[in-house]
Amino acid sequence: MAERERRKTRPFGAVFVPRTRILERDGIDRALTRIAHEVVEANEGLDDVAVIGLQTGGVPLARVLTDKLRTIEGVEVPTGVLDVAMYRDDIGLRPVLPEAITDVPFDLTGTNVILVDDVLFTGRTIRAALDALTDFGRPRTVQLAVMVDRGHRELPIRPDYVGKNIPTRRDEVVDVSLEAVELGEMRR
Amino acid sequence: MTTETDIRDEISPEFAPGEVPESTPAPGVRHLLSLDELGADGIVEILRLTDRFAEVTRRRIPKVPALRGRTVCTLFFENSTRTKLSFESAAKRLSADTMSFSPGGSSVAKGESIRDTVETLEAMGVDAFVVRHGSSGVPWQLRSWVAPTVSVINAGDGWHSHPTQGLLDAYTLWRTLGTGTDDHPDLSGVHIGLIGDIRHSRVARSDVAAFTSLGARVTLIAPPTLLPPSLVGWPVEVSHDLDAVLPELDVVALLRIQRERMVEALIPSLLEYTNRYGLTASRATRMRPDAVVMHPGPVNRGIEIDSDVLDTHPGAVITRQVANGVAVRMAVLFKLLGSEAADPAQFGTGEGR
Repeated sequence: MAERERRKTRPFGAVFVPRTRILERDGIDRALTRIAHEVVEANEGLDDVAVIGLQTGGVPLARVLTDKLRTIEGVEVPTGVLDVAMYRDDIGLRPVLPEAITDVPFDLTGTNVILVDDVLFTGRTIRAALDALTDFGRPRTVQLAVMVDRGHRELPIRPDYVGKNIPTRRDEVVDVSLEAVELGEMRR
Repeated sequence: MTTETDIRDEISPEFAPGEVPESTPAPGVRHLLSLDELGADGIVEILRLTDRFAEVTRRRIPKVPALRGRTVCTLFFENSTRTKLSFESAAKRLSADTMSFSPGGSSVAKGESIRDTVETLEAMGVDAFVVRHGSSGVPWQLRSWVAPTVSVINAGDGWHSHPTQGLLDAYTLWRTLGTGTDDHPDLSGVHIGLIGDIRHSRVARSDVAAFTSLGARVTLIAPPTLLPPSLVGWPVEVSHDLDAVLPELDVVALLRIQRERMVEALIPSLLEYTNRYGLTASRATRMRPDAVVMHPGPVNRGIEIDSDVLDTHPGAVITRQVANGVAVRMAVLFKLLGSEAADPAQFGTGEGR
């Protein structure tokens, strides 16, 4: 039961114990600035670009990325938030958070969607997100931006924009906020 | 052998809907039989989850794959339009498969018992039964018969309980009145009048439980013959005079006159009932202008409510109740079948980010 709860309720059931601080606030900010420039470069501007943050860790990062895109190009890109709980292949392993809403207030057809998440691990969240996106239209492209790529992919999914590559053990945990990126583990 | 009527007579005075316990339901809760069993925290959780499914129903493609591969069977021994279709629609929007049973075209007509029927259906691989029956307590019987992995949802049993109706009425009021916050359903300070046939109404019992657990003040308004024999334990006020209370009400919740359950002459005539307790056109002008008018359906036009009032009063939310019913039932099905029910062993290790 303990093992099940640990997997199921992270970070609620067990306590995250950080071991190494990998990025500080300014490092995260610089990474997002770089990613914003890369997005503008890859899409030759921001025409038809939309930013979608994944609940819950991707949402604050997507907000900052949108701010930076506005600073660089002076345009407001459409933004949304997406919760993939109802699309997961492991429903039942995670608690469903009533507050993690989905809000995509525009048609995605023809857009270049920048999907933003905090950590890319097995790729299953992104697989679910790709399914979810198709319910909101048919994007021309979907590009993936993550703050941390920690490896251990279980599906053929790769990021287009990466804040930091961090080699990890499978049992380690990467915690991302706007304040810090930390590597550690869960303890009861 | 007890007849249906005997069971009702034995149990009905006990159905005090108040005093919803504070305790949180255990994780892995599988059944929704009554709001008392769900508990106050469980009610709040379902209402908050409903918001998310209401968002799904507003999408261009209002369907998510959350319950793919699960089978929901509706088992309705009583007639129903909205509840049955609402549950089936909710299951389909969650990508579950649906089966539907009605006794008319089944082997029940050949004398098969409910228990044998349920066991037969269960053998076909059903994950949840949604049951409605004219006798109170049948969902509890069903729960004792099915395998521990199978969910039972009460869609109305006799006079006793109709939990999803209570939940959808509470959700409709929370979202219509804008009380509480987005994260915190609350009906504190709202005065709700439940008008009509309280005695025979499972909707009234579940509404009282849902409304009062969110802090609302509830007044039952009915002739003495249409009130339950005892109101001990009901956290409500009672009035026999609609005209006296009507101007104070924030919410006018009408109940259907259940002609099929009236076994004796409890009201002198329908016209007399309408004159004293119906929301007639002239009475509607004495309501607060912003009063919300609810009715669980099906409406007896011209008896509980005047046809024009039903169609034109800006605060009439009857169709919104139906729309919210689908979202509430999606939340219930997802809570029971999706969020906690899967066996973690089949997914291997890893956090699955």
